[in-house]
Amino acid sequence: MLSSQTSPSRATIPPKLASVLQVTPMALVFLALVIVPLGLIFVVSFLDYNFAQVFPELYLETWVDVLTSDLTLALYLKTFKFLVIVWAITAPLGFAIAYFLAFHLRSNWLRTLLVTAIAIPFWTSGPIRMVSWVPLLGREGVVNQTLMGAGLIDEPLGWLMYSEFAVLVAYVQMLTMPMIATALNSMAKIPPSVIQAARDAGASEWQIVRDIIFPLVRPGLAIGTIIVTTAIMGDVVMVKFMGGSQVNTVGMSIITDLNAFMYPPAAAKSILLLIVVLSIVVSLLRFADIRKELRS
Amino acid sequence: MTLALKTETPPPAPAKPRQVTQSHRFDAELVAVTKRYGPGAPAVDNISLRIPRGSYCCLLGPSGCGKSTTLRMLAGHEEVSDGAILIHDQEITHAPPVARGTSMMFQDYALFPHLSALDNVAFSLKVQGVARGERRARAKEYLELVQMDHLAERLPSQMSGGQQQRVALARSLITRPKVLLLDEPLSALDPFLRIRMRAELKRIQKELGISFIHVTHSQDEALALADLVVVMNNAVIMQAGAAREVYETPSNAFVARFLGGHNVVQRAGGGEASVRADQCVIGARPGLRSLPGTVSMIEYQGTAVRVSVTGTDGEELTALMPTGAFFNDALELGQSVRLSWDPADEHPLG
Repeated sequence: MLSSQTSPSRATIPPKLASVLQVTPMALVFLALVIVPLGLIFVVSFLDYNFAQVFPELYLETWVDVLTSDLTLALYLKTFKFLVIVWAITAPLGFAIAYFLAFHLRSNWLRTLLVTAIAIPFWTSGPIRMVSWVPLLGREGVVNQTLMGAGLIDEPLGWLMYSEFAVLVAYVQMLTMPMIATALNSMAKIPPSVIQAARDAGASEWQIVRDIIFPLVRPGLAIGTIIVTTAIMGDVVMVKFMGGSQVNTVGMSIITDLNAFMYPPAAAKSILLLIVVLSIVVSLLRFADIRKELRS
Repeated sequence: MTLALKTETPPPAPAKPRQVTQSHRFDAELVAVTKRYGPGAPAVDNISLRIPRGSYCCLLGPSGCGKSTTLRMLAGHEEVSDGAILIHDQEITHAPPVARGTSMMFQDYALFPHLSALDNVAFSLKVQGVARGERRARAKEYLELVQMDHLAERLPSQMSGGQQQRVALARSLITRPKVLLLDEPLSALDPFLRIRMRAELKRIQKELGISFIHVTHSQDEALALADLVVVMNNAVIMQAGAAREVYETPSNAFVARFLGGHNVVQRAGGGEASVRADQCVIGARPGLRSLPGTVSMIEYQGTAVRVSVTGTDGEELTALMPTGAFFNDALELGQSVRLSWDPADEHPLG
């Protein structure tokens, strides 16, 4: 890349070549780890198979099955149900907590402490976090003990753990944090003078939240929503552990196929899931300019 | 320079109803106002000030002198530790901002980034529940006043700094303030726009007949704009008066030095006096007082040349010489000279 030693100044690379050279490393990583495997999965989804074997023959029944079965629809409905419920809880909760942290805490020290407290569970490993639910929600757990001690129930509630409810609780606990983070990030960019100007104009606290803060935080909430969507649509670990074997979702059905060595159906379902998630993300991006949001 | 600007005819403005007010003596009054942030020296120390009706008042001083804190107390953005504030003879020391009859124009404009110019201006009417059609019509009138009606649908990010400022001004004025508070309104503009905008501010103030209280650290700006210049330093008012009075008869050495264009010298009979730099000359003349020194700086300023002379005691004095007089007998840096002035031009400092 260097020109002859006689050149007085440093050799310059043409700008076009420089751009190509700059993107090459990432492009190679992306190609090797994303595009090629995706291509393989796509090809495999069209191949014939039997137990533990895939034949290099075109077989379209897999796709017909995936696209027409009622089971696919039911699985997506179940997954979307989780998504909608979790979003409906984490978005307002995240917004409210971020609003409190950003606008009603005078002490920076206390704000840092609280943000850290919110972030710590996020840093602990997934299995540990999920095991920790047992002493709380299990049959002998704190919640059941307390309710029975208070005489509100006669026998332990079984649906607190290993149920859809448990899955939802775990999702909300984990996914409120990214909602807070993205909303807080947007709120931190609102200059205090803007809020003061609204207050001077006679706006009540509620009017300030509705007419000034919420519109300005919407892009942050959109990004939080993307994080929640991708986390839930792609999740298997949480459903498996918190739901016991009681709850089935799109991700779980792919795992079931994989465990049975049925690679083509697993591949077809994965491709379909990818398309669905990407469509949701693309439509959400209309609400947010990600580059602008990520700029600090 | 300032005079030339004032004669420049401002663009015609739409007729505006004058602020109807009951009879009151002062638009704003500070009575022994103090602001303490904690133990130690107060940020504003027991200041009193009366701003007559329809005045353009500039709070002038170096950074940290307490001028912005004073403005923020007037706006209700800062609690008053001690003393009282009156607007139109009404005590509003502890009233919320919206109930004071003041409106603040922020240094960073503080426009709502997601709203168009028109909706920004209409915001205060919207929160009062004024119907959409009416509030948009009224907002349009105020945009016309600041000559921004042609950009009514633009978002703040699509406007230049000067345009955003005009919108911010319209947004403040639509609340019909009794007193408009401006926090360093011109500091973010480039020098050319700054001079145009300050003429505009003066025009609008005269047109509305309300008082403007304008915080600045620029002497030029204060002298050009203000009916009442209030020079502050170290949390207290050093001098308050008409621009010409403060400039020509500074009451202490700080004001003389801060306003610039003055030399502070020892008087023959003891005590300090100020002499205007344009009344000083280089070279000893009979009948004039003079001090020896060396030329430490020569600055060509177009209509005049500024010559700084560092005296034997290290004190720097300045002579502002007409260009012609300077080039007849050009000086060199480091040259030994005498700086002279007529004792009759000395203004004794208190």
